Amino acid sequence: MARAVKTQRKALNTAIAWGVGLLIFFPILWTILTSFKTEAEAIADPPVWFNFSWTLENYFTVQERSNYFRHFWNSVVISVGSTLIGLIIAVPAAWAMAFVPGKRTKDVLMWMLSTKMLPPVGVLVPLYLIFRDLGLLDTRIGLVFVLTMINLPIIIWMLYTYFREIPSEILEAARMDGAGLREEVLHVLMPMAVPGMASTVLLNIILAWNEAFWTLNLTAAKAAPLTAFIASYSSPEGLFYAKLSAASTMAIAPILIMGWFSQKQLVRGLTFGAVK
Amino acid sequence: MGKITLSQVTKSFGDVQVIPPLDLEINDGEFVVFVGPSGCGKSTLLRLIAGLEDVTSGRIEIDGAEATELPPAKRRLAMVFQSYALYPHMSVRKNIAFPMKMANVPEDEQARRIESAAKALNLTDYLDRKPGQLSGGQRQRVAIGRAIVREPAAFLFDEPLSNLDAALRVGMRLEISELHERLATTMIYVTHDQVEAMTMADKIVVLRAGHIEQVGSPLDLYRAPRNLFVAGFIGSPKMNFIEGQTAAAHGAHTIGIRPEHIEVSATEGLWQGRVAVSEHLGSDSFFHVHDTGLADVITVRASGEIGFRHGDTIFMTPREDQLHRFGADGLRL
Repeated sequence: MARAVKTQRKALNTAIAWGVGLLIFFPILWTILTSFKTEAEAIADPPVWFNFSWTLENYFTVQERSNYFRHFWNSVVISVGSTLIGLIIAVPAAWAMAFVPGKRTKDVLMWMLSTKMLPPVGVLVPLYLIFRDLGLLDTRIGLVFVLTMINLPIIIWMLYTYFREIPSEILEAARMDGAGLREEVLHVLMPMAVPGMASTVLLNIILAWNEAFWTLNLTAAKAAPLTAFIASYSSPEGLFYAKLSAASTMAIAPILIMGWFSQKQLVRGLTFGAVK
Repeated sequence: MGKITLSQVTKSFGDVQVIPPLDLEINDGEFVVFVGPSGCGKSTLLRLIAGLEDVTSGRIEIDGAEATELPPAKRRLAMVFQSYALYPHMSVRKNIAFPMKMANVPEDEQARRIESAAKALNLTDYLDRKPGQLSGGQRQRVAIGRAIVREPAAFLFDEPLSNLDAALRVGMRLEISELHERLATTMIYVTHDQVEAMTMADKIVVLRAGHIEQVGSPLDLYRAPRNLFVAGFIGSPKMNFIEGQTAAAHGAHTIGIRPEHIEVSATEGLWQGRVAVSEHLGSDSFFHVHDTGLADVITVRASGEIGFRHGDTIFMTPREDQLHRFGADGLRL
């Protein structure tokens, strides 16, 4: 009897989970479906679900009108670049905070996090002017710099959490074994923190890939990543839902595929420390 | 060579001074054990020597050269930790090779030293395993192997056997003693277990609250403890302490007599009491005696099997030549 109730409960929970999952996924599914419709079908009322004439025309049009691969490459350079530079700064910072904390370490961590609460638009004008004067507008290096700064608190926080899980005796053993600071970090700390570092890298690539505020405001054409590519299709001159959907699908596809293949690593990394 | 000298070394954490000014000399090739109850500062002292903690003031010399400010990596010391502290992502071979890799030892020399360390420590079959696949005793051997290959000036052991079960502990104790015989390198060993201290040490340093209470050979400490603390700490079971008239009769505030220095009899003796608990180990028998009028409990150790049971009356006679006399200040008279 108890077992039957348990099975029923499990089935119900499964149904709810799937329901919530589908609800969250629905906008993406709808975007993907719409990208294969004609413009007329895209705005049809009542909406058509699957019984429309599937076409790849939107994709060809989008690629013809704007160079997808150039935007794609910009996105790759900006997200990977900002993540790597972020790591180079964050690993020593997180090491110091995790293993030689001072009286104010907690405050510094909180202060760094608080910068994430600042509305970006508040610093848009000064940053724009600085970028203009330094000739960084519409450059990839400029965007790498901004996104590194924006995501740095998250990288440091995540690495700090992972590093704290590593017993300090192992690092002390490395010191006794003749390792200097550099060897200690490169040969012992980083290899031991690989799962945590991997999820930090993945999450930051995703965040940087999806970042729209700064990429839209600080680029025009040359350095514009995929976010700007999508935005260019939401123009006021017409209702090009199908083309907009095709552009969106092309923009999110790489990160969606990467996220899919690395979901195990991501979940493991994000729950590392929380559930030991 | 591994002569280590500490002069007026102190250590404070914030306002708390855990090591008051301390002087200590450890000679080359000596096996020195730091022993004391938990929190007595023995591990801190070891970490100061290792360089893992900075001294607050004072001087540390290794082989006559100033080492106070040297980082751990430059002190030519090897350390074995209680938790083993192996590198979990490296195989046993790489763990052992790590200090040599840091010292840029040529590859063929590395291989030779790994081979000989593995052979000496029975690790040859496990060289390609990860630490996670080894038992506690094997992990501890790997940690020792990693220390040996450095050919250090001195070995530092921080309670290395605490995580092992009793049987393994005795085995590893012997292995470490043998290692010391073979290498004749200075070893500093921290433990709270006075049996380990007594069996392994050339020289025992008894610590309490960062103070050195006494330094000496195991038998010196056993025969002539300098104060009540050392008397009570060294020896198992503990020395009996008796105050009051009985002590006054010996011209002391407190007298101490070890359980093995009391003769027992069923019929006659100086002191009389009732057996509360009797423990029979076969080789020895321990009796915990109540109602003696001397102290709450008097513990007696007798060789072989002696048939006292709970509730029996027992007569005890201390060996006069083995009595220890202490003054009101706790110091030996």
